Amino acid sequence: MSQSDNYESAASQAATEVASFDEHQKGLLGKFHHALHVTPALVPLIVLVSAIVIFGLLLGSRFFSPFALTLILQQVQIVGIVAAAQSLVILTAGIDLSVGAIAVISSVVMGQFTFRYGLPVEISVLCGLAFGTAIGALNGWLVAAMRLPPFIVTLGMWQIVLAANFLYSANETIRSQDIAEQAPLLQFLGTKFNIGGAVFTYGVIFMVALVLVLAYVLRHTAWGRHVYAVGDDPEAAELSGVNVKATLISVYAIAGLICAFAGWALIGRIGSVSPTSGQLLNIESITAVVIGGISLFGGRGSILGTFFGALIVGVFTLGLRLAGADAQWTFLLIGVLIIAAVAVDQWIRKVAA
Amino acid sequence: MKRLLAGTALAVTALTGAAQAGSHAVSACLITKTDTNPFFVKMREGAEAKAAELGITLNSYAGKIDGDHETQVAAIETCIANGAKGILLTASDTSSIVPAVQQARDAGILVIALDTPLDPIDAADMTFATDNYLAGLLIGQWAKATLGDAAADARIATLDLNVSQPTVDVLRNQGFLDGFGVDLADPNVIGDETDPRLVGSDVTDGNEEGGRRAMENLLAKDPTINVVHTINEPAAAGAYEALKAVGRENDVLIVSVDGGCPGVQNVKDGVIGATSQQYPLLMASLGIEAIAAWAADGVKPQASEGKDFFDTGVALVTDKPAEGVESIDTAKGMELCWG
Repeated sequence: MSQSDNYESAASQAATEVASFDEHQKGLLGKFHHALHVTPALVPLIVLVSAIVIFGLLLGSRFFSPFALTLILQQVQIVGIVAAAQSLVILTAGIDLSVGAIAVISSVVMGQFTFRYGLPVEISVLCGLAFGTAIGALNGWLVAAMRLPPFIVTLGMWQIVLAANFLYSANETIRSQDIAEQAPLLQFLGTKFNIGGAVFTYGVIFMVALVLVLAYVLRHTAWGRHVYAVGDDPEAAELSGVNVKATLISVYAIAGLICAFAGWALIGRIGSVSPTSGQLLNIESITAVVIGGISLFGGRGSILGTFFGALIVGVFTLGLRLAGADAQWTFLLIGVLIIAAVAVDQWIRKVAA
Repeated sequence: MKRLLAGTALAVTALTGAAQAGSHAVSACLITKTDTNPFFVKMREGAEAKAAELGITLNSYAGKIDGDHETQVAAIETCIANGAKGILLTASDTSSIVPAVQQARDAGILVIALDTPLDPIDAADMTFATDNYLAGLLIGQWAKATLGDAAADARIATLDLNVSQPTVDVLRNQGFLDGFGVDLADPNVIGDETDPRLVGSDVTDGNEEGGRRAMENLLAKDPTINVVHTINEPAAAGAYEALKAVGRENDVLIVSVDGGCPGVQNVKDGVIGATSQQYPLLMASLGIEAIAAWAADGVKPQASEGKDFFDTGVALVTDKPAEGVESIDTAKGMELCWG
């Protein structure tokens, strides 16, 4: 990561300057402001580290253990993967409300194709992934070719897909034990391995790898640059030779594929195929994206920020539960974080005074 | 809107009337929380079968999601406009629905609450439901008897429904604790007990995902948990996955409530120790019968002896019967299961 040098330099700068107490406050603030401006993932990273430190101090080893910290990774893996898809769409100034529904129906397709039609499980998984991609591509086509607002398209698609999911599955759960016996590949992403006290699953590894790959692709490939350009100003992008339509369709299709992977990871996490899962994934993923500092107006922000955003929610959720707080406090604080994140984003955008 | 409703009502009446030419057909409504939960799907099947048998026209309505109150109010209004004789209702919001229910009763409609009592319970003409407290009590007694002497220093976790603590959630949780021998403090509140054996409770939304997350959270709090009460079987399945992930699935006792087919299968496989089975099909068919009686000669259904609702029964399903707690085995449970 070329950004890591930036983090370190920014962090070390900040540290030395906070210690030296002088009158160049404005200059300091200005520098900090600039650092935030050039690395959008810095704000959520600071919040994340502070949250971990604060909960670590409050709860001691119960929270600050390899087990608890990697548990957070496991708990956010589904939201994290879906939020990566959501980030791509939001970078193009769109929004995808159908992400959760796509994830769930993909998992149901994987399960039902295996158990109802007796297909080999590898084929079923591929069918599930293809299904998610197809729904995403349809979203993209409606947005790019039919010029419908993404909010409306995916609002409709969300309900269509969720209803189709219930109709097709008759809301029948496929039990974990049956899957483990007959089609263990469905639970593949739930496979865990330990490193000391830390517990990782393939789903968690997949999430981290996905974020890193997307971060690289967005920064260093033409397609990634096109995504930002389309989100920032589609007319200007079109005039400078970007194929806006194709870029949009590809973004929604890839988002659909990533959601299908999330559906696969979901089977690994809960063991069973349950059509009622993931009802709030669209809201949770948008929350992670917003807290992660990606602008809903498109063209600004980084996928790493989203990853940190998802982790912040996870840290707060587990930390507050371990502290014995009522679950409502978690929702309240997440709400505060959402608004604070956008406020900070606005402050960063301001031209330095 | 009114005109549209009336028009719709007319059209529906005309259609159903055509099917039942001659006789003035009795019509009934079934309004459930959702039409996706297998419990309600089974309820609808039971109601439809009984209605067909008695020649009653049945219209079914459901909320889009659990907690979708507006759709239920609209459904009640539709039933009034339709001239229904009776309404079977599983309310999402037990107190807010009361005015709409009152409107229906004022129009001479028999309103029966299924599964979920209204708040207050007498806002409906009658409630046909599982005794959820008894359901909890049975699994609590079973867990205590199964642990034997170890019950005195058990480490208990309860996986409940959600933060708003609906009645069904409270009744199952408190029934379980009562059966296990925990002092309840206020029996209307989850989480005010001071028994040192209680590790804590968390919410699951009644699904696998929530069950797993809640179990993980509580295990992080205290890894020695050995008794787990779950609100329903999907939550139990999720909890089991979390226990399996830390290699403790064989030394933790999970108890649950519902008696759905996948749940009973899980009891058979040893995932769940025991579950209290309820009978949604029976609730619905009895409800339809009550509406038929009401339409025929204006008789209202009566509550069970010593209760303020009609108890549709509950049975403990387990393959490891415990001393002094009546139960049926999983073979019998599979015969009687739903969904």
